Amino acid sequence: MIAPNSKSQPSRERQRAVSRYGMSIDLDRCTGCGACMVACAVENNVPPAHEGATARKGITWIRVFKVDNGEEGAARRSVFVPVLCQQCGEDTPCVHVCPQQAVEVDPATGIVGQMPERCLGCRYCMAACPYHARFFNWWDPQWPAGMEKTLNPDVAPRMRGVVEKCNFCHGRWHAAKERAAAAGKSEIEAGAYVPACVESCPTGAIRFGDLKDAASEPAVAAKDAHSFRLLEKLGTEPKIYYHSKRDWVRQVAAAPKPPNGKENARG
Amino acid sequence: MDREFITRGVKRCSGGKFLLWILPWVAMLIFGLYSAGLCLVKGLNQTNMDNRFAFGLWIFLDLTVIALGAGAFFTGFLLYILKMKELRAVINSAVVIGVVCYSGAMCALAVDVGQPLRFWFTFWYPNVHSMLTEVTFCITCYLTVLMIEYLPIVLKNRKLRDVPEFLVFQHELHKLIYVLAGVGTFLSFFHQGSLGGLYGVLRGRPFAFREGLAIWPSTFFLFILSAAAVGPSFVLLTTWLVEKISKKRLVRPEAMQMLGRISGLLLAVYVLLKTIDTLVWINRTSPGNGFPAAQYYAWHPFGTWILFTEIALLGMVPALILLTPKLRARTGWLVSAAAMACCGVALNRFVQTVQTLAVPTLSFDKFMTYTPSWQEVGTFLAVLAYGVLVYSFSFRYFQLFPDERELKLEVAQVEEEPALVGRY
Repeated sequence: MIAPNSKSQPSRERQRAVSRYGMSIDLDRCTGCGACMVACAVENNVPPAHEGATARKGITWIRVFKVDNGEEGAARRSVFVPVLCQQCGEDTPCVHVCPQQAVEVDPATGIVGQMPERCLGCRYCMAACPYHARFFNWWDPQWPAGMEKTLNPDVAPRMRGVVEKCNFCHGRWHAAKERAAAAGKSEIEAGAYVPACVESCPTGAIRFGDLKDAASEPAVAAKDAHSFRLLEKLGTEPKIYYHSKRDWVRQVAAAPKPPNGKENARG
Repeated sequence: MDREFITRGVKRCSGGKFLLWILPWVAMLIFGLYSAGLCLVKGLNQTNMDNRFAFGLWIFLDLTVIALGAGAFFTGFLLYILKMKELRAVINSAVVIGVVCYSGAMCALAVDVGQPLRFWFTFWYPNVHSMLTEVTFCITCYLTVLMIEYLPIVLKNRKLRDVPEFLVFQHELHKLIYVLAGVGTFLSFFHQGSLGGLYGVLRGRPFAFREGLAIWPSTFFLFILSAAAVGPSFVLLTTWLVEKISKKRLVRPEAMQMLGRISGLLLAVYVLLKTIDTLVWINRTSPGNGFPAAQYYAWHPFGTWILFTEIALLGMVPALILLTPKLRARTGWLVSAAAMACCGVALNRFVQTVQTLAVPTLSFDKFMTYTPSWQEVGTFLAVLAYGVLVYSFSFRYFQLFPDERELKLEVAQVEEEPALVGRY
């Protein structure tokens, strides 16, 4: 095995990258409505769950967890945490484990992409992902009669036996790139490319932008004292920034396990 | 009717009795093939694996049988490279065990992947940074080496020897045995290590992640060592089982004790290094990633008992038994210690595979449990039945234990002696 050269290579890529897309999610605004999950599934041709599917076998590129502070009665507080692929930027766990290069970080965008056409379905990347943000197609995709007409022509449905995950709506990135090229521009303008979850969020909790653009909302959020990233200590440099002014919510990221040892989540 | 195929000078049971022995295993194989067929045709939705438990019973099985099959490469290394002649008595059996374990693991892997027809993608688009690429390349090459090593055993069959070309071919192959033993050892060291590395490199799974030397995590070296330690134990255990089932003496006690001593020595080194590795992980690696190690053992049933059982009960205890000459000389102790060592390595592979995935990483995620479906168990049983059948046929028709004929004569002489004394 050749060393992934974890430190220097991505840094060089980052310097070369035209953009480095990221996201900020304001947890104080999230109501847990699930519009982002629905929009994501529709945009990316995620099929309705098979009748034999369980919560653990379903495909949800973005998943809203309900988390509470572990207290009882009036002291109980809750927050909704949307979790999607965190688009790790450094030593990306899923990239260097894939035996056949079906996962890659796009140097132009910083987006971690998955190539289902090349995936063997070994699921090693799923074991490697600390966010459990990768999903296996346990069944062939099926849509109820007539519903196939609603499929997004920009996104290829995935077959049984391969892994898939959030790619920041890559179809939309391509479309934005084409529009920019048609207008004679070499780069996508800020706001011209937005993933479906961001667009659908009724409270504007999810913001998207180029982290290299200091004026973009995720870049501003990244510097906010109330922002945090999930499992930051692992050193994988995720590009999703969560924001909350509530102390106990921020501690969610730091605590390896709920303080009282009880399960406090509902995914 | 098959007498002509059975090695001259050794005794095997009647054809009817052999048929009775293999029938249940054939039934198990058919059931297992049906289970595996369901998974291949209908998909992995037939299993109880899910997005959290991406690996399950089959990967545990693969890791375990490949560790147990390490007897093939390590016995070959000891015999042909280090010239430990006593091990000639078990080398053929060790090769068959290796063939069975590796080919069985490959078959299980073929069912386990979502797109088995894309297996060649790994060779076509190899990711040189992935431990799994290394495992795939090395296991494929080593299985080929094992097959070449198995071929002379097959061609030595009494009936096949009648074909002069086979005899010449077998003789020529045998000349290569030192090269094959060397290549096999090299490949085995790497894939055993890479199997350990599969988990050790998982930065995102602090329970499995380990620091190491250069690009290799400590689990890389521990897997090599544990496989080398347990391989001879499994050869010992299998030989003892075959002796019991066939009611024959197959190897001299010295060979069995040598296997036990080698196993004990390596196991002792492994236990020592594993203990150091665990202490480093508890005190430095895991807390450094923001995860106090104690929390992993707060999720029942995976308490600290599992760590104690793995290292002390099924590691240190069998190592001490195997290293004590008086205990080693007693078959009961020897075999029990070998079985404990095998169970210890199986437990280690279970911890790496299942506990790693059960423990949540996100603080608000749940602890998950997993129970394999009957289709998974069936496929597991198919590998077991396949192994027993290949070994049974090999034992019946090939000379797996070269000392068997001599031992048979010795037993016959001992039985005749009282009669002779009486006569004269």
